Amino acid sequence: MTTHTENTHAHGGSESRTYFVTLVALLILTIITVAASYVDFGAGNIVIALFIATVKASLVALIFMHLNHEKPINAVIAVAGFLFLGIFLMFCFIDFDSRVNFQPVNVKPVVQAPATPAPAAAPEKK
Amino acid sequence: MSTSTTIADPHRHGHDPHQQHHFATMEQQADTTKIGMWLFLATEVLLFGGLFVGFGLMQSRYPQEFIEAHEHLQRPLGALNTIVLLISSWTMVMAVLSSKRADRKKTVMFLLLTILCACIFLGVKYFEYSHKFEEGLLPGHWYKAQVTDTVHTAAGTLSHGYATFFSFYFMMTGLHGIHILVGIILLAWITVRANRGEFSSAYFTPVDLIGLYWHLVDMIWIYLFPLYYLIK
Repeated sequence: MTTHTENTHAHGGSESRTYFVTLVALLILTIITVAASYVDFGAGNIVIALFIATVKASLVALIFMHLNHEKPINAVIAVAGFLFLGIFLMFCFIDFDSRVNFQPVNVKPVVQAPATPAPAAAPEKK
Repeated sequence: MSTSTTIADPHRHGHDPHQQHHFATMEQQADTTKIGMWLFLATEVLLFGGLFVGFGLMQSRYPQEFIEAHEHLQRPLGALNTIVLLISSWTMVMAVLSSKRADRKKTVMFLLLTILCACIFLGVKYFEYSHKFEEGLLPGHWYKAQVTDTVHTAAGTLSHGYATFFSFYFMMTGLHGIHILVGIILLAWITVRANRGEFSSAYFTPVDLIGLYWHLVDMIWIYLFPLYYLIK
């Protein structure tokens, strides 16, 4: 009986330790992604930012949302959601890339330039 | 067990009072509600997904304008909000754990901390929004900032790009903010129930499911933050 209680406690303690370590990892990743955004990697910046975001989201899903030891059906539903989002995203970008001129010709400008041009813009108009 | 006993006292017939009669066991009930919750979360992913795809397309169409417009967002505030939400996710998961252990005091404490984090998040967001309103960095045709941006069309009019950026910014962070607000209401509701000592290892489904919702809201912000505040 005593052993059982101790076991339960040990297990419970390890759970909260896992959660805390996950939080620390998430915070460190946030610091890394913010720091990386101040460095110019060219096209790499967005890749790094989205990669770190995906690692963070996976940590949240697997540990905070318990997907790592949940019934598989829940993971199937979660993955299906992202899978269909991926299909949506992919086809939209295939469409976008296959267009020569994406700008519709019949759209009127939404915003009129201020009557007195902004100081910085003035020298550009020759 | 006679029928009269059942009618007089419907839940003294040998099962948890939280168990609905159409479920065989508490475990089956918990599994079923969890599947329902995950289905809902999948629809949430697709709801926000549409906006993310739209944002991605417009970002490809107005890359220069989007980069200039994003300079108007305060990166430290975005980072602060990210940290606040991550901490709230941790307090939430601790609340779920405490409710599972029937630790009433800890459950209530962690739920209140989660609500506090949510309020800090909305407070920072309010500060950011009012700053945008003052500068006229508004969505669509309300956009009227005195821009010093470099991209102009030939006719001397401004590109749609800036207004489009702020349309997406307000739409996505706004919808996310509404989710936070809803989350606060739900958290307050389960805090009251937890305080009554309703939850135990046999029944903590409401805390568990609202926890899942809260983590999803956090996850959406995990993507919103780099896309809006950190793009180059």
